[in-house]
Amino acid sequence: MKKTIRKIFDKKHISRTISYLVVIAGFVIIQLLMNTIGIKSLFRSLLVPTCCYIVVALALNLVVGVSGELSLGHSGFMAVGAFTGIIISGLLEPYLAINWLRLLIAMFVGGIMAGIVGLFISVPVLKLQGDYLAIVTLAFCQIIKSLLNNVYLGVDINGLHFSFVENRISLAQGGRMLLSGPMGAIAITRLATFTAGFLLILFTLLIIYNLTYSRFGRSIMAARDNRIAAESVGIHIRNTKMLAFVISAILAGMAGALFGLNYSTLQPAKFDFNLSILILVYVVLGGLGNMTGTIISTMILYALPELLRGLQDYRMLIYSIILILIMLVTNNQTLKEKTENLITKIKSRFLKKGSVAHD
Amino acid sequence: MTKLVQYPSGAYVLERDADRTPVLETYHLGIDFGGLSAVNNFNIIVGPTEISGLIGPNGAGKTTVFNLLTKVYQPSKGTILVNGHDTSKMSTVDVNKAGVARTFQNIRLFENMSVVDNVKVAMHNSMHYNPLTAIFRTPKYYKEEKRIHQKALELLDIFNMSDLAETEAGSLPYGAQRKLEIVRALATKPSLLLLDEPAAGMNPNETKELMETIRGIRDKFNIAIILIEHDMSLVMNICEGIAVLNYGRIIAKGTPKDIQNNPVVIEAYLGKPEQED
Amino acid sequence: MAFLSYLINGMGLGSVYAIIALGYTMVYGIAKMLNFAHGDVIMIGAYTAFYCLTVFKFSTFTSILIAVLLCTVLGILIERFAYKPLRKASSLSVLITAIGVSYFLQNLAQILFGTNPKVFPELMRNSTFSLFDGQLTLSYKTLLTIIVCILIMILLTIFVNKTKTGKAMRACSQDKEAAQLMGINVDNTISITFALGSGLAAIAAVLLCMTYSTFTPTLGSMPGIKAFTAAVFGGIGSIPGAFVGGLLLGIIETLTKAYLSTQLSDAIVFMVLIIVLLIRPTGLLGKKVHEKV
Repeated sequence: MKKTIRKIFDKKHISRTISYLVVIAGFVIIQLLMNTIGIKSLFRSLLVPTCCYIVVALALNLVVGVSGELSLGHSGFMAVGAFTGIIISGLLEPYLAINWLRLLIAMFVGGIMAGIVGLFISVPVLKLQGDYLAIVTLAFCQIIKSLLNNVYLGVDINGLHFSFVENRISLAQGGRMLLSGPMGAIAITRLATFTAGFLLILFTLLIIYNLTYSRFGRSIMAARDNRIAAESVGIHIRNTKMLAFVISAILAGMAGALFGLNYSTLQPAKFDFNLSILILVYVVLGGLGNMTGTIISTMILYALPELLRGLQDYRMLIYSIILILIMLVTNNQTLKEKTENLITKIKSRFLKKGSVAHD
Repeated sequence: MTKLVQYPSGAYVLERDADRTPVLETYHLGIDFGGLSAVNNFNIIVGPTEISGLIGPNGAGKTTVFNLLTKVYQPSKGTILVNGHDTSKMSTVDVNKAGVARTFQNIRLFENMSVVDNVKVAMHNSMHYNPLTAIFRTPKYYKEEKRIHQKALELLDIFNMSDLAETEAGSLPYGAQRKLEIVRALATKPSLLLLDEPAAGMNPNETKELMETIRGIRDKFNIAIILIEHDMSLVMNICEGIAVLNYGRIIAKGTPKDIQNNPVVIEAYLGKPEQED
Repeated sequence: MAFLSYLINGMGLGSVYAIIALGYTMVYGIAKMLNFAHGDVIMIGAYTAFYCLTVFKFSTFTSILIAVLLCTVLGILIERFAYKPLRKASSLSVLITAIGVSYFLQNLAQILFGTNPKVFPELMRNSTFSLFDGQLTLSYKTLLTIIVCILIMILLTIFVNKTKTGKAMRACSQDKEAAQLMGINVDNTISITFALGSGLAAIAAVLLCMTYSTFTPTLGSMPGIKAFTAAVFGGIGSIPGAFVGGLLLGIIETLTKAYLSTQLSDAIVFMVLIIVLLIRPTGLLGKKVHEKV
């Protein structure tokens, strides 16, 4: 018992412990607020999307931070998960009345579908490196969006009806359209709950941390840090990176399913390149490879401007400036030293003042 | 002194290796970079317990040979056999699995990882659990991780590095980094170890220690070692066979004594006649 | 005949891609980075030309000149403040920074100019002419675009091969350290490359706006990505490659729209990118490089 407790708080695992604590604390505080003083409906409506973005950001951090490859296509995996989830939940609705179970199945299937797409994409993508890899993930994301924009899917007593590019579906009495091209899905039964979002974040953290602290995690980081050395000790770079990529896609797909089932209508256009960038901003600002940072930065950057409506117009402008500054400060030696000096100066001044006040 | 005997092919090997398959054979190995041949007609045979040296002036193509042997570069022509197996269809990873491990001239450690993790990375292929086991942490995960941790520590202990196990590899002193690279290579259980300038940047004492280490590795692990080195005293002291490379071609092969007395080598490589004996 | 007209229209579109692709290809060749913000420099060029023509009522020539100058300065500034400090950083960091710059320009434009589409003034009477007894109708715009593109290609090829600066650029793209030892000012050469690419972006901007007539702050992103595709297609780092890649991509896109599907044309263009990168990552006219171990 003592040994396990020590293990939770030792140097190697402390970051993991903090991540879990942050998430659990956040959930408990919000639940308390909801049940006591109550919170505004605007804030309430942000809870599920925030959870979804946190999960996708964590998933992206697995690829960008841990595995070291830039993916600009995660909104595509989210889209696959979202629309799969919506279709599954729509199909199951007449047969399965338990909402949480339907949500669970939808998320599971959504994740698996996104994983399959991720696996399919990773084969060509991981033959490439660096900028080329990034641009190809972007290309795939655009292709997924284009295809979804052209899919028409309806269901009636005769079964499923599918058409591509043009809507040629005529449904029997009582039939429903599940997907209608650029219009996307309409009249979705909203199943998503904050608790589901919270559990999904915990699940995501569990997967990412357990993977990182295993032989696979070590090889993923080895492949990132020194490709040639990793190969020379028998690590198959592509398989290793593929594992990170596919798991990341599955998680993004699950988050997508939850996201999709949080709205009554959803268009494929929602999952464009901008969304990928937004999530990338959360990841970079939270720190590459830093999961706790990702969670906090997503909460602040997504929820805050939504709450401060006045900032809305300037949000992306401010993000882009922060993004550039962070990259410059963390990657340029002179700027890095200057910032560190500045921080220690501020700290020492602050501490001095504190001690004076104490006296 | 070790005695040389002849293989049926006509090549010379150490007497103790005579009835075993050579760990490495290359025939007519060569590579061109944009029409320029960097290595040409490179033929060597290395016995399973031999320490051999690959020497030659800067730019002679020594590291290129290592890159060919490990398939970092694909040969333009020729054959490489590792333990009798043709490697022409193998990748760097496959060649490692077939038994070739190496170090690098400019150290390539996983700098952000701890020393023991660097070794454990190299033991990846001797661990047996799948990603699902890792994610859901079944007992097998704990058993395997514990086993490999123990093994990594044992290996580090042989090199007196077990105290440094949790240190970040990038913060080690230079000599220790070179040593860790060797440990990491050994962790893949190779039958042939390629050392690219292991003594570079070391002082005479460290070099002496390194010499003992290299000999120790051969005796303990019973493997073959090829080293690229500029430190002649080291090469002449521990190598049992030497190949001299110049302009991508082997200009001389033989025992240290042969090489020292070879006029071609002296002219092309050692340069001045007042060379040490 | 319809096919021929699609083909020529495709070449017109492809010429614009080719001019944009030059910006990518030169910068990639010399700085080894994907300048994601290049498309947004085009957008800035479009707004500059637009305001010069409509608000300040400058002549067409002056307006284009001002747009070119402004974009050139913008290119140098971007390089100086965002990319130069990252010369030694990983390609991941540089790419993220470039994406940041791209988003900065787009959002700045949205705040300054609004998100509503602007209508670009007609620079040429939209006159067409017919060939083969009226079976083939072509617009002067398309022809002008193609001619401008060919002119730029010729001038640029001469510049790169014959002038001192051009030779310095080629030297830097092959080996920066060696170039520095030969007394070439690498920083200046990189700045000049960005300046050239960005200046060309302004010309591309005017040509684009002449074709599409309306534009928004996101004008540059799609043509930007497509032009990058063209640059990769032709072989990144190669000037003739950008030309060939641009033309081919324009033709592929136009033919897809005409014969397959308008809605899927973007998807098909991206498929081309993926296939090219997989089958021949060095492009049609590119060279393979070895990694030093």
